[in-house]
Amino acid sequence: MSEVRFTDQHEWVRVDGDEATIGITKYAAEQLGDVVFVELPELGRMVGAGGEAAVVESVKAASEIYAPVGGEVTGANPALTDDPARVNADPEGEGWFFKLKLADKSELAKLMTADQYAEFVKGL
Amino acid sequence: MTMNAQGRPTAPGTIESNELPTISGDRGLDHEEALIFELGRDGMTGVDLPDVQMSETRLAGMRRRGPIGLPGLSEPEVVRHYVRLSRMNYAIDAGLYPLGSCTMKHNPRLNEKLARLPGFGDLHPLSPQSTVQGALELISELMTWLTTLTGMSAVAMSPKAGAHGELCGLLAIRAAIAARGETRKRILVPESAHGTNPATAAFAGFTIDEVKGTADGRVDMIELEGKLGPDVAAIMLTNPNTCGLFERDIRHMADATHKAGAYFYCDGANFNAIAGRVRPGDLGIDAMHINLHKTFSTPHGGGGPGAGPVVLSAALAPFAPLPLLLHDANGFRLIEDRDELPVGAKPFGRMCAFHGQMGMFVRALAYMLSHGRDGVRQASEDAVLSANYILASLKDVMSAPFGDGPCMHEALFDDSFLKGTGVTTLDFAKAMIDEGYHPMTMYFPLVVSGAMLIEPTESESKESLDRFIHVLRELALEARDKKTARFEGAPRLSPRRRLDETAAARKPVLRWKKKDLPQAAE
Amino acid sequence: MRYHPLTATDRSAMLARIGAGSVDALFKDVPQIAVVPLSAFALPNGQGELEVERKLSRMAAKSVAAGAGPFFCGAGAYKHHVPAAVDHLIQRSEFLTSYTPYQPEIAQGTLQYTFEFQTQVALLTGMEVANASLYDGSTATAEAVLMAQRITRRPKAILSGGLHPHYSETVETVATLSGKVVRAAATPGKPDDVIALIDDQTACVVVQSPDVFGLIRDLKPIAAAAHAKGALLIAVVTEVVSLGLLEAPGFQDADIVACEGQSLGNGLNFGGPYVGLFATREKFLRQMPGRLCGETADAAGKRGYVLTLSAREQHIRREKATSNICTNSGLCCLAFTIHLSLLGEEGLTRLARINHAKASVLADKLAKVKGVTLLTPSFFNEFTVKLSKPAAEVVETLAKKGIIAGVPVSRLMPHDPNVKDLLIVAATETTTDEDCDAFAVALAECVGESRSSNKEVLS
Repeated sequence: MSEVRFTDQHEWVRVDGDEATIGITKYAAEQLGDVVFVELPELGRMVGAGGEAAVVESVKAASEIYAPVGGEVTGANPALTDDPARVNADPEGEGWFFKLKLADKSELAKLMTADQYAEFVKGL
Repeated sequence: MTMNAQGRPTAPGTIESNELPTISGDRGLDHEEALIFELGRDGMTGVDLPDVQMSETRLAGMRRRGPIGLPGLSEPEVVRHYVRLSRMNYAIDAGLYPLGSCTMKHNPRLNEKLARLPGFGDLHPLSPQSTVQGALELISELMTWLTTLTGMSAVAMSPKAGAHGELCGLLAIRAAIAARGETRKRILVPESAHGTNPATAAFAGFTIDEVKGTADGRVDMIELEGKLGPDVAAIMLTNPNTCGLFERDIRHMADATHKAGAYFYCDGANFNAIAGRVRPGDLGIDAMHINLHKTFSTPHGGGGPGAGPVVLSAALAPFAPLPLLLHDANGFRLIEDRDELPVGAKPFGRMCAFHGQMGMFVRALAYMLSHGRDGVRQASEDAVLSANYILASLKDVMSAPFGDGPCMHEALFDDSFLKGTGVTTLDFAKAMIDEGYHPMTMYFPLVVSGAMLIEPTESESKESLDRFIHVLRELALEARDKKTARFEGAPRLSPRRRLDETAAARKPVLRWKKKDLPQAAE
Repeated sequence: MRYHPLTATDRSAMLARIGAGSVDALFKDVPQIAVVPLSAFALPNGQGELEVERKLSRMAAKSVAAGAGPFFCGAGAYKHHVPAAVDHLIQRSEFLTSYTPYQPEIAQGTLQYTFEFQTQVALLTGMEVANASLYDGSTATAEAVLMAQRITRRPKAILSGGLHPHYSETVETVATLSGKVVRAAATPGKPDDVIALIDDQTACVVVQSPDVFGLIRDLKPIAAAAHAKGALLIAVVTEVVSLGLLEAPGFQDADIVACEGQSLGNGLNFGGPYVGLFATREKFLRQMPGRLCGETADAAGKRGYVLTLSAREQHIRREKATSNICTNSGLCCLAFTIHLSLLGEEGLTRLARINHAKASVLADKLAKVKGVTLLTPSFFNEFTVKLSKPAAEVVETLAKKGIIAGVPVSRLMPHDPNVKDLLIVAATETTTDEDCDAFAVALAECVGESRSSNKEVLS
């Protein structure tokens, strides 16, 4: 059963066993505007929780994406190279950025649940 | 992810067209214009050059094998092409540019005439120095004006633009610190800084530490002083700052910075507010670039060229880059290598080939001579007066986050007054285009939401300012009353409607391509 | 004061609306220590147009213009004939006094010519994509080195000994911040062996062709050697007219090309403003510094142009930008592109051929002078000669006779004792046969005798 958690930096992480899929939230995608380019991490790279993992560019902004949890990069979404618009169309589904093999599952507990994130966004 | 909360909309939207289309596609005096590659023809040329005999024995076998692919046009076609293109541009000669931090003042034509005198324009930078004394004299006189107006010891003339000047200043600071035998890696930059500041600091190998602003729009002095330490190389401030306000505590900040062993770099983009009234040297700065294309009227030229000479304090003067300019009994002389250095000079190197933007130096000096010290002071006073006039005339219908006190040469508004109207800063700006105005600086500085930064400069008559104020008032009132017709799909009356910047970035097309031309192998 | 439209009445009315008693009240935040009267500035008051024109005209008259007599300086800046239409067109208000095209709806003039300029630069250099210009050739070269360091993630830049020394020094200023610069020794008249210096720490090799001494280089083998070790080749061209006759760097496998565009459209201007051309392969696009103009459509479906890929630049990326550049060379690009549009393929080809033909004739004439030896076996429009006397002295002597003989290599390389006698000589379409003859005669008077007398002693 997969579990989704959120960061206050507007990333989401969905966990299936040891594998985590990471992307940006709907709120973030809306704030960013039309995504034009995504720079994804190379396979095999080790990232720590809070470390810079990817970059997403819109016409007028560029934002770093931080890894919500630490691990080894095991996949990057190939569709985003040709179709960065996917991030806007389905940020929390088909617009995922990269996958990690989790280093330390306990890091998840520090993140927000879906309800907590919804509350957090309301306050912004 | 890091969030830029500006969420600036970029989609072009759609429009309906109920105008009767013309047969030609042109409309009256507004002509559509194709690319030169689409207009050109093989074998046509706009110059008459003879076809000469030429031996190939000295080309080392490197003569090109194929065509380049350049289009050929006659002179009348070329002239028409560029005249038509020019008519699609707004310009300061044609209308007010309220661009904050850009100082779009009148570009005097005397400057153009004098820059083209053969004794300035037709000189090679490496001609024997005895044959270019007049040019060196001009540079020397400009240096005197710059150091006198700023109250500083020296000036580096070679930087080619403001950002280049920032780099020069930071490299001088780096050299000064190294000369003390220290290593300091951190630079303090306000969050309201222009993007070139952190970009330049990173370029020069420093890490950036952001300092927050206070509720009254200035740098938080307490936070700044708290961040100073033995690893801080410099602070980079703009004064007046990017919110259009004079940093009252600037002298305290300079003193604290020096006490901590660091240097004070000042971004001189806003010098037009204080030139002839305040000397940055009296405020304790160590280095400041001056944008000749802002404060001193050299034309913006659609994006350049500029010039960014950097005035330096006595502490940094020894590290000014090559070349140096000396004036002694024998005349003027450029010092271009380390063997001939005057005592104490320790240049960090060279910023670029040759000696600097001479063409812009002539223009700037012509401006300075025309104005004189009294005219430069008057210009600053009028610039500040005009910005305050606009602020006072609009703050009841638009929202000015720091509108209680006077501003300097530019007035900052934010999008609070548009809340709930459905109109964004972008829509407001695009509606200004239909009214015949270039929009003000938008979404900068980042410290307020939907920023609108207005800098009229001293070149606008009161009639011009009143007309501008009237239009902005009416637009603000219509937005407030949710009469959004003007804003939706604006601009309508310009040569192009809103352009699809997303498509341009997702699938960049950065050149024209002919299908069967030889391309370099991938 | 003719540039200030506000009258005393205007100012009073404006102060009244603001609610301030005087302009001084608006400057209340200035600390007392910095409040100074006008008399604190030891500068003259304003003057009328007549006086300013007189003063600066007199100053201008103190220099010897390149066009005043026989003139042979090159080494990074070249005297060419710019058609009258160019200067007329760039002075149109809408080009001269317009701002950076950040509001594309009212800047299609600037944006379209920028798109055309980018295309011309890509075609000339044989590369896939070019930017909207950098400041000049030297800073373009420095930016290319930084870009190569970013792409390869390696620190070392190797600079050929034939690279213009000012360019090498400019590269050193910035590239040593993020890596290491190795400058190969200069070998005037011969290709230097940069290939031997390439290793697995090398980010790039920078080779100028024609080089500062005029020698034409074959870049292909250098590119191959660089690529074999995972490094990039940066080709530098200081005389862009040479691309009308010689093989483009892009077709010799260069990865980045940095050029000085001054020769087209832009006068000598004592060193600036000039225009840096920068071109590369599409795969490196996102690492490119500088502005880029792209094609798109507007809401009505019409073709138009916008600045694009701005997320690389300082105003968005801030400390992570590919460069700190903001203002570039706008009007100088326009002059370049108009001149090139007037020339077209036919005109540029003829212009390049005339340049080489003139230089060739001059080289032959000078080589006949006793005391003069031609060092560069191949060249485009400038070459290096070895004199029997220090070149700097010869240049000063000839200057007194109204002939500007060229650039002594010692001016660019003051520390190298082996180059004291070397002179870089350029000829363009503006050089006449009379100029060449006058030069040869004066040179013979200056160096001929001493050499021939030595020869008699030695033989």
